[in-house]
Amino acid sequence: MRFDKTEIALLGVGVALAISGLLAPGWLIFLLTVALAKGLVVQGVVMQMRAGMVSFGQGLFYCVGGYAVGMGGQFLGVSSAVLLLVLGVAAAAVLAMVLGLLLTRYREIFFAMLSLAFSMILYGVLVKGQALGSTDGFNVHSWGLFSGPASNPTMTIFYLTLACAAVVAFFLHRYTRSGVGVVCEATRENEVRVEYLGLSPRWILYANYVVAAVVSALGGGLTALAAGHVDPEMAYWTTSGEFVFIAILGGTGSVFAPFLAALVFALVRTYAIELVPNGWQMILGITLLVIIVFLPKGLWSLFSRKKEGAHS
Amino acid sequence: MKTVSTHATTFARRLSAGVAALAITASALAAGTAQAAENGKFRLGIVTFLSGPAAGPFGVPSANAAKVVVDALNAGKLPAPYNTIGINGVEIEPVLIDEAGGATKQVEEFRNLVERQKVDAVVGYISSGDCLAIAPVAEELKTLTVFYDCGTSRLFVDNKNPQYVFRTGLDAAVDNIGAVRYLAATHPDVTRIAGIQQNYAWGQDSWNDFTQSLKQVMPKTQMVQEQFPKVFQGQYGAEISALSVARPQVVHSSFWGGDMEAFVLQANARGLLDDAIALLTCGESAIDRYKDQAPNGMIIGARGPFGAFAPENELNTWFKTTYSGAFTMAPTYPATKMAHAILGLKYAAEKAGAKPGSVPASDAIAKAFAGATFPSVSGTATMARANGHQNVQEIGYGEYVYDSKAEKGTLRNVKTFSGDCVTPPDGTTSDEWIKADFPGAKCN
Repeated sequence: MRFDKTEIALLGVGVALAISGLLAPGWLIFLLTVALAKGLVVQGVVMQMRAGMVSFGQGLFYCVGGYAVGMGGQFLGVSSAVLLLVLGVAAAAVLAMVLGLLLTRYREIFFAMLSLAFSMILYGVLVKGQALGSTDGFNVHSWGLFSGPASNPTMTIFYLTLACAAVVAFFLHRYTRSGVGVVCEATRENEVRVEYLGLSPRWILYANYVVAAVVSALGGGLTALAAGHVDPEMAYWTTSGEFVFIAILGGTGSVFAPFLAALVFALVRTYAIELVPNGWQMILGITLLVIIVFLPKGLWSLFSRKKEGAHS
Repeated sequence: MKTVSTHATTFARRLSAGVAALAITASALAAGTAQAAENGKFRLGIVTFLSGPAAGPFGVPSANAAKVVVDALNAGKLPAPYNTIGINGVEIEPVLIDEAGGATKQVEEFRNLVERQKVDAVVGYISSGDCLAIAPVAEELKTLTVFYDCGTSRLFVDNKNPQYVFRTGLDAAVDNIGAVRYLAATHPDVTRIAGIQQNYAWGQDSWNDFTQSLKQVMPKTQMVQEQFPKVFQGQYGAEISALSVARPQVVHSSFWGGDMEAFVLQANARGLLDDAIALLTCGESAIDRYKDQAPNGMIIGARGPFGAFAPENELNTWFKTTYSGAFTMAPTYPATKMAHAILGLKYAAEKAGAKPGSVPASDAIAKAFAGATFPSVSGTATMARANGHQNVQEIGYGEYVYDSKAEKGTLRNVKTFSGDCVTPPDGTTSDEWIKADFPGAKCN
């Protein structure tokens, strides 16, 4: 197996983060954990963006992953983080396989609205469900990597998230280079031509949708384990909107971009909250506006400058 | 296309790279200042809604109250026994944080407060979801945390053995048990009851507590209509029609903020409140804004002895005067609750036995806080539930009356019910306690 530059860089960044985890203060580790977990959800959005579909309902799978972790501990007594994540991923895969049958028949705004509608249906159901704490949500039971409770949950979840993010990033990078990944981009450019090539865009988009759901659910599960609490807000449209925003912020240029964007977003937000408690949204908005105006292809274009120059 | 744009955007790219570098440097600098914050002051994290729908009615009055009280404490201007400087002789440095954004974000910001900003204690949280999520993190980080407003009954059910988490606000079940007791005392003959609640945890729990209590205390009553519009709906035409058709004598609502004011305005204009008495568990927070738009005799509460229901004492007189002087309106219940929480923290910190002029350790404050009885702007508070971590106080209800001469909303027929009359004892959930017909309740 040969590794390209991105994959080697991935390994390097992963190791660097793992080492910095030993030195960084607790708050930064937690911020990194949540940013990486949300970065995974954004990977799901970016996968679909590459295929020309903008999902405004990725919060659906984020929430399914999170609630599977919460409910697995609450009702099934599962205390293994790995098992809980598998549970969330399986639930999301099954749900995506059903919803995908309908959703992949739609494109553009119709797909966006329909995906949003499904996530809001889940939100509505959870809000009415008083057994699950309605809008207050409920706490995730204590857990350990394979059996609970972990002696140092903050570090355990950090390394677990880092490992998941690295592995998923590796496979996603390969996926975008693979036949299916390239056809996804071709479908965005011209669906009819893809059909003339003898391929079925619908089933390719379907597979892409299911994989994106699985990746997002993994991110949701990791967030729930880290934060220790789940609530229906995870499926609310503003949460999905945040993911789309981070996706645009990072750009679709590289598998690194969603993680980088999630981290920048989290850092800008937390310092804005600290420095301007009454107007942090304005700081956040202006920063993002500046980035979009000057870097229309996202933050990643700062790093891909040389490569692009050589191509053109 | 590509070639042209590459040349054209080189400058833009450099510029944005520069901006990004600057931003990272700035945040590193900010991190530096925060790291260096262990400056001998008592750093107090204050978390409340500064944006979103809960900011206007709750968050901003609370933040204002925190400012007034902290400034006065630092100047040593409060009446006895709080006339010493700051907390334990140490100046207080408040760190204000916005509660908006959901539980995951609040957990992140709580960790930032403790580990980056190095706060010595945190006072805050209005949303019950946030309180549930923060409580285990506060225990993990061993940070003294005082919840001043959130009401969920599950707080100390989910966190059975609290060490560092305290709640100076009252359990939300108290609001509705108190409301039923008030109804039984003042309107014992009513039979037809209706309710309108926001369709989320707060509204659902409130209606559940209210109807269950009503079944015990006033068994002859029947629920003739219940409406659950979605939260922040603002327009209640259809719901008001449905309520009117059912001809209730009392309409109970746990609405708050803009929703509550909108409902009162619309229900009053449509004549619903001519025939039915509105019973608003959070009604006091708009007492200065109803003016003549609300009917006289509407029953309002303040979720405890806060705001207009706070008793006359030296502390409260000082607080009302200072607050009104600074913000041109009387403190509503969220403001009183915030002042109450800060005073509780100060009381415990000074009882902790640390050398005056030093910041007491969290363990010592927690030990002194558990089971403490402290004088406050709301009378006397006793941390008497959940191993001494939950405040028990009386709750008052009264009727709204508009004084058209003074252009001011006032209260009449105020009745208060003692804490032991409305608060479930330890070891039983509010739900079980209500269904068992309030065993052990001591009512005056």
